[in-house]
Amino acid sequence: MNKKADRVISKVAPLCLISAILILWQIASSTGLVPGYMLPSPISVVKALINDAPLLADHAKTTLTESFLGLSTAIVMAFVTAGLMDRYLFLEKAVYPLLVVTQTVPTVAIAPLLVLWLGYGIAPKVVLVILTCYFPLTISLLTGFANADKDAINLMRAMGATRWQIFWHIKLKSSMNQFFSGLRVSASYAIVGAVISEWLGGLGGLGVYMTRVKKSFAFDKMFAVIFLICFISLALMKLVDLLEKKTMPWKYLKENGEERY
Amino acid sequence: MTTCRNNGSAARLSACHITKSFDGVTILDDVSIHLNEREIVSLLGVSGGGKTTLFNVISGLMKPDSGQVFLNGNEVTGQAGQISYMLQKDLLLPYDSVVDNVALPLLIRGAKKEEARAQAAAHFEEFGLAGMEYKYPSQLSGGMRQRAALLRTYLFSDQVALLDEPFSALDTITKGEIHRWYLDVMDRIHLSTLFITHDIDEAILLSDRVYILAGRPGRIAAEIAIDRARPRDREFTLSEEFLRYKRQILESMGMETKK
Repeated sequence: MNKKADRVISKVAPLCLISAILILWQIASSTGLVPGYMLPSPISVVKALINDAPLLADHAKTTLTESFLGLSTAIVMAFVTAGLMDRYLFLEKAVYPLLVVTQTVPTVAIAPLLVLWLGYGIAPKVVLVILTCYFPLTISLLTGFANADKDAINLMRAMGATRWQIFWHIKLKSSMNQFFSGLRVSASYAIVGAVISEWLGGLGGLGVYMTRVKKSFAFDKMFAVIFLICFISLALMKLVDLLEKKTMPWKYLKENGEERY
Repeated sequence: MTTCRNNGSAARLSACHITKSFDGVTILDDVSIHLNEREIVSLLGVSGGGKTTLFNVISGLMKPDSGQVFLNGNEVTGQAGQISYMLQKDLLLPYDSVVDNVALPLLIRGAKKEEARAQAAAHFEEFGLAGMEYKYPSQLSGGMRQRAALLRTYLFSDQVALLDEPFSALDTITKGEIHRWYLDVMDRIHLSTLFITHDIDEAILLSDRVYILAGRPGRIAAEIAIDRARPRDREFTLSEEFLRYKRQILESMGMETKK
């Protein structure tokens, strides 16, 4: 009973706070405390969101495509490099510092270069998403591989398992937990990365739309896009959660209150 | 002292004159033990006495500094994957169902997933695990987990198994249950077993012979045969005979007993 109450509270509490903020914001706008050209009221943001829905959906499709292409490429690359780095110690020692250094290069700084090199199409956006997502994914996988149970590996060796079998049965499977925490971060990075790179020029996408409405001082539309981006990021994280539950059913056993035999 | 038996003898498994040191500290000094067909032999000694090191050498995970290991008369020194080995922890993989965990040695040997599952599932009844096939290890009790780990060990090799303190993590009551179950299963599956324990009662109850590994570096201090037919019941653990064995073991471990 108590647990149930806990769960209800943990869902209701944030909703209360968000509603309170929205109401205060609406009051501030309608009473003229904050002028509409500086901060549009929540209602006008929602109106903009509804009016522009078809246009926003179209731009969102472009951004999502870029994010998805970039994220999935980054996932594949992360698995390949982390796997190789785990297999060859020399490679790990050589590549790891380089990975860290690349992470210190600000995204905003490379984005214009990418546009210069790859044009205004989808390519520079996808590359930027890859660059932002690759690092957290690779690190989470490497950590996962390194933390695999040494005794379990010994047991596999005693059974005559090959390196590949040990990798598959122990390292890869036991690193899924780490991988999904990396993926959750990367999924939101992917959207933000795509939007930032769209700011710098492009033919479509939420970032392009954002720069357009900003230039025409349509702040209600601006806020509408920001809301939409937040919503997409949250939805993606939720998707990662669902994927995690599907991939790792054993992790969620206890929550279902199943008994032990 | 044990004589070393290799080629031409009846021993299933023998480790001959094993010496092993780490960083200049000798852990095992000229240790020789053997295991006959269908025997249950225990290796008794204090913690940190080199028991696990000896098992690592026998299983091929470590190479001895000198000495040889023979399995069915063939030398297998330093070769992993020949003798099944159950480590102290049950090491069931949390992300695989019980049947997939148990089938792991078959998969490693190259069996197809469905085949391996079917082959593993066929033994669930015998090992008292019926109905647990598609549970996850976290849903099993400690005793059940040990049974599953033992079945996995058995599926790797139905001839010789090394068990490193297989029951030490269980509470006394579960331990008693699993001992009875273990002796019962052993009578049916004819596995020759060498197991490590630091529990003297367990050693006497379960084994045909007991080796005592003592001292630093570790040497075989005594080899004691337990001449009591299996299956052994609980009465045995309360008998005079049992106490005599216990006294004999304590004395050879260098622990004084009051007469």
